[in-house]
Amino acid sequence: MSTVIDSGDADRLDAAWWIDRIVKVLVFAGGISAIVFILGIFAFVTKEGFGFVLKDMDVVEFFTSPNWRPTSDTKPTHGILALLAGTASITGFAMLISVPFSLGAAIYIGEFATGKTRETLKVLVEMLAAIPSVVWGFIGLSIMNPLIIDLFDVPVGLCMLNAGLILGLMAAPIMTTIAEDALKAVPDGYREAAEAMGATRWQVIWKVVIPAAKNGLVAAVLLGVGRGFGETMAVLMASGHSINMPEGVFDPVRALTATIAAELGETVAGDTHYQALFTLGILLFAVTFVINLTADLVVRGIRKK
Amino acid sequence: MRNIALATAMAVSLSLVACGGGGGDDADGGRAQRTLLQNKGSDTLVNVAQAWAEAYREVDPSVAVAVTGGGSGTGISALINGTVDLANTSRSMKDKEIEKARQNGIEPVEHIVGYDALAVYVHKDNPIESITFAQLAAIYGEGGTTKTWDQLGITVPGAKDGKIVRVSRQNNSGTYAYFKKAVLRKDGEYKLGSLDMHGSKDVVDLVMKTPGAIGYSGLAYATHEVKLVPVARDDGAPAVMPTVATAIDRSYPIARPLFMYTRGQPEGAVATYLDWILSNDGQTIILDKGYAPVRAPVRDDLR
Repeated sequence: MSTVIDSGDADRLDAAWWIDRIVKVLVFAGGISAIVFILGIFAFVTKEGFGFVLKDMDVVEFFTSPNWRPTSDTKPTHGILALLAGTASITGFAMLISVPFSLGAAIYIGEFATGKTRETLKVLVEMLAAIPSVVWGFIGLSIMNPLIIDLFDVPVGLCMLNAGLILGLMAAPIMTTIAEDALKAVPDGYREAAEAMGATRWQVIWKVVIPAAKNGLVAAVLLGVGRGFGETMAVLMASGHSINMPEGVFDPVRALTATIAAELGETVAGDTHYQALFTLGILLFAVTFVINLTADLVVRGIRKK
Repeated sequence: MRNIALATAMAVSLSLVACGGGGGDDADGGRAQRTLLQNKGSDTLVNVAQAWAEAYREVDPSVAVAVTGGGSGTGISALINGTVDLANTSRSMKDKEIEKARQNGIEPVEHIVGYDALAVYVHKDNPIESITFAQLAAIYGEGGTTKTWDQLGITVPGAKDGKIVRVSRQNNSGTYAYFKKAVLRKDGEYKLGSLDMHGSKDVVDLVMKTPGAIGYSGLAYATHEVKLVPVARDDGAPAVMPTVATAIDRSYPIARPLFMYTRGQPEGAVATYLDWILSNDGQTIILDKGYAPVRAPVRDDLR
């Protein structure tokens, strides 16, 4: 028996056999490339930023001082508290707006809308996700800025409110899509059973569907947070880019990502400022990695059930 | 008839061949001798540098100048690494940078190629008539106490509570560094909390749309939609309006030099190019781009 297979294999050293081999290697390379790239990026960012961590970084100052003055001639300081506060406040505000909106949209699309309405809404939500971030930033800069000045009678409209609104609108589509998938994954049997017990439509959604889809909904929100944390261009343009501990929604703020984007271009490769910016990169990488990993684990949680 | 046509056609094609051959030889000869100069740096200077490079093609076709922007810092690091012939900057090289260049066996030599007046911009409805260095320092500087327009004795229509919105630049721009040195003085620092724009034009655009705003940017970016404020060095000194003319005669107090750095004393093609930039023709081009030339070029429409 085995000899037959062996000779058969030997006979099969033709084009098809080789193609099979090559495709196998290509698919394998494609499969692990994502891992290779992400490790490569991590290694690069760490290598560029680590000099600062080892040599110049004052850990206490780094995390507790709001003074970011890396180019000072007299005494450079590298405090990122104001930048952290900026990123956190913009992302937090964005979530405050986008979570109710996108969960509402997902429930409507998933549970109520039917036929054409449903399809049209889905396409529109996906189109919203396709708007480039620089266009969002442009809207913040040239439409929302004068609007906020007029409506709220404040000195300047480039602020946390502006950036948060823009970011909320940017994060909403991805959250809606994932949340809707999570709702759809709830078996129809649950709904039918609940309805058979005499539950109203709302009771079915609130008491049965949402608890069953909980993990997926949490994952949707976490991915939205990750999106908010990493967004750069729109935030750079709409936030005012001002080193400031925010006290209200009308205060201009500055995000970590925007700081890297604005300053890296003109630094001399390898000097302290350059390395400090890469250290910000390591921090951002770590935070988004943790957020995405958590979201992934939460999603895996549903599959296991 | 037919013969004539044929003969003409043959003659034309023959001459074409001859021309083509001749042209080809010339081009080959030119290519062999062609010198390529690398020119990189300041975004303030990049438009002028490009205009120079283009015009110079007519002056000396055997020299090509490749211009790239990226900022003063980018130009300087390229000079330190020895990858450019000329670095454009809107600030002097720091001692640390010169030291680094020397370690690589490069002696940077500074050449002033023009001046840029740093204008102070406010909203067009702002009634302010002039501003002094001390007032600017109190608005922008660390420890400065001026937070509202009322403190300067003026009321700006549309500015909520008279609050001054400070517009500044990102901390590694040459403009940021020069304004700091000139107005906030040597050990001065900016007060944090200004809106840090990422380009000369962005500053002017934001000031244009914000009633309570004040900003600084190159004079070349002035529009009719914003107001330029005359600046006085001291309380007693006359306030001078930023114009190309006041930048040329140095009466405007915040005019900064624009530099080109070479690797060692310029020689050969680099020297000829720099001489041409400082000549009447080269200086007319920088004037046309809205900057002040090193010397006033001989031209009738200047004042």
